[in-house]
Amino acid sequence: MPKFEYAPAPESRAIVSLRESYGLFINGEFTPSADGRAFKTISPATEEVLAEVAEASPADVDRAVAAARRAYERTWSVLPARERGKYLFRIARIIQERSRELAVLESLDNGKPIRESRDVDIPLVAAHFFYHAGWADKLEYAGYGPAPKPLGVAGQVIPWNFPLLMLAWKIAPALACGNTVVLKPAETTPLTALTFAEICQQADLPPGVVNILTGAGDTGKALVTHPGIDKVAFTGSTEVGKEIARDCAPTRKKVTLELGGKAANIVFEDAPVDQAVEGIVNGIFFNQGHVCCAGSRLLVQESVYDQVLASLQRRLATLRLGDPLDKNTDVGAINSAAQLAKIRELSEVGEAEGAQRWSPPCELPVKGFWFPPTVFTGVSQAHRIAREEIFGPVLSVLTFRTPAEAVEKANNTPYGLSAGVWTDKGSRILWMAARLRAGVVWANTFNKFDPSSPFGGYKESGYGREGGRHGLEAYLDV
Amino acid sequence: MSAPVDIRAGAGSSLREFLHGLPGVDQVGAEARAAMLASRSIKTTAKQWALDMAISMIDLTTLEGQDTPGKVRAICAKAKRPDPADPTAPQVAAVCVYPDLAHLAAAEVRGTGIHVASVATAFPSGRTSLEVKLADAKYAIDAGADEVDMVIDRGAFLAGDYQLVYDEIAAVREVVESSATFSGSAGRAHLKVILETGELVTLDNVRRASWLAMLAGADFIKTSTGKVSPAATLPVTLVMLEAVRDFRATHGRQVGVKPAGGIRTAKDAIRYLVLVNETAGEDWLDPDWFRIGASSLLNDLLMQRTKLATGRYSGPDYFTLD
Repeated sequence: MPKFEYAPAPESRAIVSLRESYGLFINGEFTPSADGRAFKTISPATEEVLAEVAEASPADVDRAVAAARRAYERTWSVLPARERGKYLFRIARIIQERSRELAVLESLDNGKPIRESRDVDIPLVAAHFFYHAGWADKLEYAGYGPAPKPLGVAGQVIPWNFPLLMLAWKIAPALACGNTVVLKPAETTPLTALTFAEICQQADLPPGVVNILTGAGDTGKALVTHPGIDKVAFTGSTEVGKEIARDCAPTRKKVTLELGGKAANIVFEDAPVDQAVEGIVNGIFFNQGHVCCAGSRLLVQESVYDQVLASLQRRLATLRLGDPLDKNTDVGAINSAAQLAKIRELSEVGEAEGAQRWSPPCELPVKGFWFPPTVFTGVSQAHRIAREEIFGPVLSVLTFRTPAEAVEKANNTPYGLSAGVWTDKGSRILWMAARLRAGVVWANTFNKFDPSSPFGGYKESGYGREGGRHGLEAYLDV
Repeated sequence: MSAPVDIRAGAGSSLREFLHGLPGVDQVGAEARAAMLASRSIKTTAKQWALDMAISMIDLTTLEGQDTPGKVRAICAKAKRPDPADPTAPQVAAVCVYPDLAHLAAAEVRGTGIHVASVATAFPSGRTSLEVKLADAKYAIDAGADEVDMVIDRGAFLAGDYQLVYDEIAAVREVVESSATFSGSAGRAHLKVILETGELVTLDNVRRASWLAMLAGADFIKTSTGKVSPAATLPVTLVMLEAVRDFRATHGRQVGVKPAGGIRTAKDAIRYLVLVNETAGEDWLDPDWFRIGASSLLNDLLMQRTKLATGRYSGPDYFTLD
């Protein structure tokens, strides 16, 4: 037994008042789905049913798009820009006021540790609304001409890994630029989006400016293929992204896609080792590795391989896996049974292909979906676990000898969302950043986000940027 | 970690190469790690354990020009029985005084297991000749101190004269080692080396000074004199804990760590224990390997301890002045 055993420190659920069932949010009101269909959302940590949620049918998509169109034409696009900004500021402030509630709800529905939802997700959500609120009446200075116009109605589909944060990345710039939106959250994590709908009501946002449709893949397909929308924004898997690109190709819809990744986290021999190890841990075990820009491939210079690996293994033994609502939890639950099955399958492939699998001693809860932090060594570029996105807490470790080889290996992937470079040499950071084909290159840090910094991918990681001045382009007619 | 190098007197250039060959510290990353660990939530049974552990790790300190025999007797009484209302409160690890008062402290705590620490080597600036520094250390030991808290020559360190710093530490170590302790307890006296990290400023310097002190024979490395601001901080202590962890892994010898100065609340003290637990590991969660140099901290720990036991806060007048 450890000397210093941290007693359970669960965040209280009392702040969240869950309804038994939730309707669709259309034209400023919650309404049942046209055909009365609904599905259940559960807590992945306990498999407890949290609520029942309406499943939007094509008829509901019609209603929501019509409401968004009406709101666009009659209210939102004719409102003075500074008034749009005021609404966004108001939403941002309400998010801050309700941040604890949102954090608890996010951890319940998604399975991520409360430390992350409290310290990362929700503060960034508020920051995105504040940042874009500031842009609303300054768009003529964004570099897109003297009076850039909105596109119209945006259809947005978001994933389950950062439910409310991805909503903010989508809705804040869309509204700031004068568009109205129909957004579909992921079927396993709809609850914070529905609470966001309440926040829109609380902020007196004009009806129809934001519409939230819950549902699964069919609902998403009905939304992005709907002829009444002008813009499609999608964050999710590369497979679905390609389908959306095909569906939208024959239309005039503007499309941005933020898809998968297989980022290289590159550690040079002169790296600050202790901080690099923290960066490796943050890169792949943050949010259970359910991060499209996760540093899932560790490239270590051979001369420091033993030292880095030993430090990493020692550090992983201190990770605390368990109840997402416990304030001391570092690694939470896998979001769904389906995702757990995929992680297991790819990990078995890794072993079968000859890589060595290692996990720290780690007790998994009996109920719910759990996977231990896992490190594969002896991985080569040819292994599937070095090529395919696992989207779980699984790290593949490779080595390199020279900076040129590091670049070559890092770029040798169909993806190109992010990369990390760890070195004490500033010149090497710049040399690497110029050659890495990745939308974001982090230097001596990883998984750092800021609303002013554009985010997006190369190659199969998608196109278009979110955040910053660059992100506005996706929602302007330019 | 790199292989140990042969560090000898006169081998100044290899010492320099070694210290500058240590991995760098990224300040932003180190501060972020310390801040993350500071957000750990320590409640109920864990808090109970941590409060008692923190009390037992305190070097109860008075280092003022106005110190008198009466003051030293008072802190010794407090060290032995921190909470007169509650005999279950543990005693502290040591009392820490100036050398001229060490004999008084030694007489007061004899037979209790409480150590007598004395600052020496022209504390706090260290600005005098080596002869005087060695005499100061010897005087402290002869007066009954079984722990000597020496200061390093920060000027020499910042000027890059690592060999001078090393030689001084080694010389004091020799004095400390060769003197029989007054109390006769637990073998030879121990040497704590104060880095005065507030004057070294960068975390790279903190890591190098930590290794330098350990190579020269420190039993403990200590952050600060308490006379310079900032004194102990979480990021500095994090880097020192990494240093003792790595030093044991390569050299096989365990060295203790002592943050001192500026740790005033129970909450702060618990943050340091979390830092120890998740950086160096639980082998250091012991008064033999981790100390906290403080004075007013003790009363806050006692107050929180009473709160945990009774469910109520009592006022400061229910706890004794040092």
